[in-house]
Amino acid sequence: MLRSYLYRLIPPILVLLFVVGIHYYITYGVLEPTRRFLLPPPHSIIYEGFFVPKHRDEIFRALLLTTKVSIIGLGIACLIGFFTAILMSQAKWLERSLYPWAVFTQTVPILALVPIIGFWFGFNITARIIVVVIISIFPIIINTLTGLLGASRDLHDLLTLHKASRWTRATKLMIPYAMPDLFTGLRTSAGLAIIGSIVGDFFFGRGSPGLGMLLKVYGSRLRTEELLSATIVACLLGVFVFWIFSYIGRRMVGHWSEAWSS
Amino acid sequence: MTEPILTFANVSKSFKEICALEEINFSINQGEFLALIGPSGCGKSTVLRLASGLEKQTTGEIDLLTKKVGYVFQDANLMPWRTVRKNIGLLAELEKFDREKIKKKTDEVLKLVGLEEFANHYPIALSGGMKMRASLARSLVLDPELFLFDEPFGALDLITRGRLNVELMQLYTSKKFTSLFVTHSVEEALFLSSRVFVFSGRPGKIKGEFKVPFDYPRDPKIRYSSVFAKLSGKVGKILEDYS
Repeated sequence: MLRSYLYRLIPPILVLLFVVGIHYYITYGVLEPTRRFLLPPPHSIIYEGFFVPKHRDEIFRALLLTTKVSIIGLGIACLIGFFTAILMSQAKWLERSLYPWAVFTQTVPILALVPIIGFWFGFNITARIIVVVIISIFPIIINTLTGLLGASRDLHDLLTLHKASRWTRATKLMIPYAMPDLFTGLRTSAGLAIIGSIVGDFFFGRGSPGLGMLLKVYGSRLRTEELLSATIVACLLGVFVFWIFSYIGRRMVGHWSEAWSS
Repeated sequence: MTEPILTFANVSKSFKEICALEEINFSINQGEFLALIGPSGCGKSTVLRLASGLEKQTTGEIDLLTKKVGYVFQDANLMPWRTVRKNIGLLAELEKFDREKIKKKTDEVLKLVGLEEFANHYPIALSGGMKMRASLARSLVLDPELFLFDEPFGALDLITRGRLNVELMQLYTSKKFTSLFVTHSVEEALFLSSRVFVFSGRPGKIKGEFKVPFDYPRDPKIRYSSVFAKLSGKVGKILEDYS
């Protein structure tokens, strides 16, 4: 047990050490002292971001806000996406009517929408949640739909032979069949939700600051240490939600789904 | 002579322009085991789909005297999120049996196919042969009077296939359900059935009919007898001529 954990942990840690080594080399070996602010050494990034109380609190509060916006947005995207997919699975014409609009949420330049969303909904948390929903809903719809339509013709025939109603077909066959795909979609969308919440925040630039606004402020003031520590936090948040949703997926369907069993 | 449980009279079936089955005529008596053998794509499976009502014939008459029809597919088609027990109870659930009855029937059938120990396993943990047994059991729960088998053992290795043939033979001997069994394998057809129809390639037509002269219950060893070999040669010849 412990051995297998070590086997899993050691390789990525070696990669980390390698990257940190290169980082130090660039800071002290490549950059002249006057240009060192471009890439401060790792220890001062960690120190400035996580040990100076003012910065630490700033980043922590921003992290909380970003997390909150992402989770609420993702929850809403999940609900809307799931029911949209179910609707689309019920008739070919519904699928054909809605599919292009689902693709639209993926291809719309979110930067162009941000000002409009701001005008309509103000620059508070609601507007940011809307950005998150738009950015993260597509993988949920598409993955869930693929799953809903994926059950074999034979199983559908079997239900037909026993005169299963539309409801029975959906609840006993299509929805359970789609669960692994739903979780795959959720895992992808979780990462997008965080990007969405940071992007929304970055461009609204008003209201209480999330990680996006913090990144903008630090960037404009050339505070590279804090900028990089906030970036690290944003990445870690992404990794964390990915891990959480992987865990939830394994717990929910890992005992029967080949795709999710480890 | 009892009345035939299923009759096809001049049945043809076309999909769009393509004729899949042409002028099919046959009937199965109560308790009879009939095998349909033919090359791939000859419309054998379509016969089963027509018999079960999943498809409608283009012309001709189909007479089915029972509503209790079991359908077994080539793939086991278990629901991977249900345990073996829940899978076997599926059709009983669809037919709205009460919980007590589902439990009783499921237990009975689990024992019959020898899967009691695996009742609470998920299909992911089963071998191909066990999955097929579970699939068979799922239909057995409803005590069908007519069983439609669509190459049920086609995806299995030869050893498992041979063993499941023997098991199906025993089941048939004890339950005497009427069977319409589609297969590619001459050996399987002759071992299980009392009559064999040989189909030609598309459009599917019945090109030959053979009576299989062995009494039930059959000993697995008949498969190595000279009578069996001779008959097998005759069926194989027609099959080759028309594919």
